[in-house]
Amino acid sequence: MSERHHIIPVWFFVGLLLLIYGALILASGIAEWQNPPPTVLANLHAPVWWGGLMVVLGGAYINVFRPRRSS
Amino acid sequence: MNYVLAALVPERLVHLSSVDLAIIAIYFLAVLCIGFYLKRFAQSGEDFFLAGREMTAWVAGLSFLSANLGSLELLGWAGSSYQYGILAAHWYWIGAIPAMLFLGIVMMPFYYISKTHSVPGYLQLRYGKAASGLSAVSFGFMTILMSGVNMFAMAKVMQVVLGWNIHFSIWVSSLTVGIYVASGGLFSAIFNEVLQFFLIWFGALLIPILGLIEAGGWNGLVARIQHNFPDQNFTHAWSTLGHYQDNPMGMHWTGIVFGLGAVISMGYWTTDFLVVQRVLAAKDLRSAKLAPIIGSFFKMAVPLIVILPGLIGLAVLPEKLVPESALQPGQHSYNDVLPLMLARYCGPGLMGLGVTALVAGFMAGMAGNVSAFATVWTYDIYRPFIRKAAPDAHYVSMGRWCTIIGLFISIGTAYLAMGFASIMDYVQALFSFFIAPLFGTVLIGMMWKRATPLGGFLGLLAGTLTAIGIFVSMKVDHDMVAIFALSPLAKGLAQDMYQALWSCMVCVIVTVGVSLATTPKPAAELTGLVYGFTPIPKEENVPLLHKPIFWAGVALTLFVILQVVFW
Repeated sequence: MSERHHIIPVWFFVGLLLLIYGALILASGIAEWQNPPPTVLANLHAPVWWGGLMVVLGGAYINVFRPRRSS
Repeated sequence: MNYVLAALVPERLVHLSSVDLAIIAIYFLAVLCIGFYLKRFAQSGEDFFLAGREMTAWVAGLSFLSANLGSLELLGWAGSSYQYGILAAHWYWIGAIPAMLFLGIVMMPFYYISKTHSVPGYLQLRYGKAASGLSAVSFGFMTILMSGVNMFAMAKVMQVVLGWNIHFSIWVSSLTVGIYVASGGLFSAIFNEVLQFFLIWFGALLIPILGLIEAGGWNGLVARIQHNFPDQNFTHAWSTLGHYQDNPMGMHWTGIVFGLGAVISMGYWTTDFLVVQRVLAAKDLRSAKLAPIIGSFFKMAVPLIVILPGLIGLAVLPEKLVPESALQPGQHSYNDVLPLMLARYCGPGLMGLGVTALVAGFMAGMAGNVSAFATVWTYDIYRPFIRKAAPDAHYVSMGRWCTIIGLFISIGTAYLAMGFASIMDYVQALFSFFIAPLFGTVLIGMMWKRATPLGGFLGLLAGTLTAIGIFVSMKVDHDMVAIFALSPLAKGLAQDMYQALWSCMVCVIVTVGVSLATTPKPAAELTGLVYGFTPIPKEENVPLLHKPIFWAGVALTLFVILQVVFW
């Protein structure tokens, strides 16, 4: 994104945060699978599929926008 | 579960687990680290105040939208949608989309080609120091008040949802914002706004998804709302605007179309420096034109995460929410609807993400206000009026100090905001004082070469005083509501719409009248500032899909479809 300044693209930071958060939420959802919290629609196990989506998207962003050494 | 914070306040909506606390802590750490990383790149004035003018259309567009996605959107508008129903969505559709497209296609060439750093900066080039100074002072005042509102709203959420002490929340979040904005300037603010954009969507989108599943889809939602509130119509956007008493807002369609669509939204999206600054940071004219157009697509979708939760609250919440001013122990106010929905659907992990999204939204608004204030103070008040010819490094230092000082002033105004019944009514009143007349002044300046410096200044002053006068008279004497807002049934938001309309009309009339009686600037001084004297690059060999006008047409078409669907 930067031409004059060689700044790590903002999308890399987005991917990193999504990956970390997605992993935490996914793990939490798996851990509570047998005993879901007392929330409405807990039987849908939203943390698992939502956390998984964040992991996939975060990983994709990191892969595409990771800083590369200029040759 | 971790009850670390349980001792701070006895009553709260949820208990945070370890994973929730980790998610929140990681966010604060991330924004501080990004701010410190970017500090090395924000050394010159153009870097600190305009992010080097290097932003791509997507980055400028998402930060343009995210700077507006503050506490007002996430908390206040969800509360407003609980109070007024789907009518609140107008502030995202007719109250934003036409104006954003107008900014991109019509006004951006003049802003960008003039190489100005701010909206008051454009006024200085076009009208001179008087109009610029008035705009800069009023903008500086408004933006610091807005920042205070953001802080208060976030602290309130943290008190309701987490049980955190309201004063602790104000100080921790505001100091975090101050550090990363003072470090990296607009680079830092924009980076974190893009980050916050993604967090807001991932944190808040689950609420409407799960809410619609619980309610039985859109039709089930409408049926439940009608069952719970049989005397009110909350789910039609236009068909209830034929008469003031047919809708929960006491609004007529003329107020929505002319007050909101033609004046307030145009005034805000085309002249509010907080959002325009992000577009001025674009790397070239085409990116600057595309940025608000990209933002418009996402703006159209924001009601999914803001308006829909309020409607779902009307359908599924067992308790009825009340205005802030009528709150009794054990009750919740309109502004609590989003945290209540969050607590309803989100367990450990998702709760932390949702809270972080709310915090991120508030901090984006705060950072936007603070960075805009620093720019306007340094370049539009300090440099032209106080110290004219200092080195660039001096102004960068002033920008950093101004960020911190502005932050402390905002903290003071946060405590002022605690006394108002509805956050949204407070903000809309402020907007209408300054934004509506400013739109008239800027638009006339861009489109009419005959407008003179004295005409611009007096028009802006007259419009601002008109807005203040109408506001005060309606507050002091309720009979005036029927005169200025055309109906005694018009409520706060409706009154503000008409107030904006009249103040803009006064601004235009005075500007035109005084300009016709005074001498305009010579043509040589208007180059790059006015239609007719500004060579705008043509896009002859650009593929259709790369042309901003094409995407503006797509956005406008989608906007019209939405109005028909939710008629």
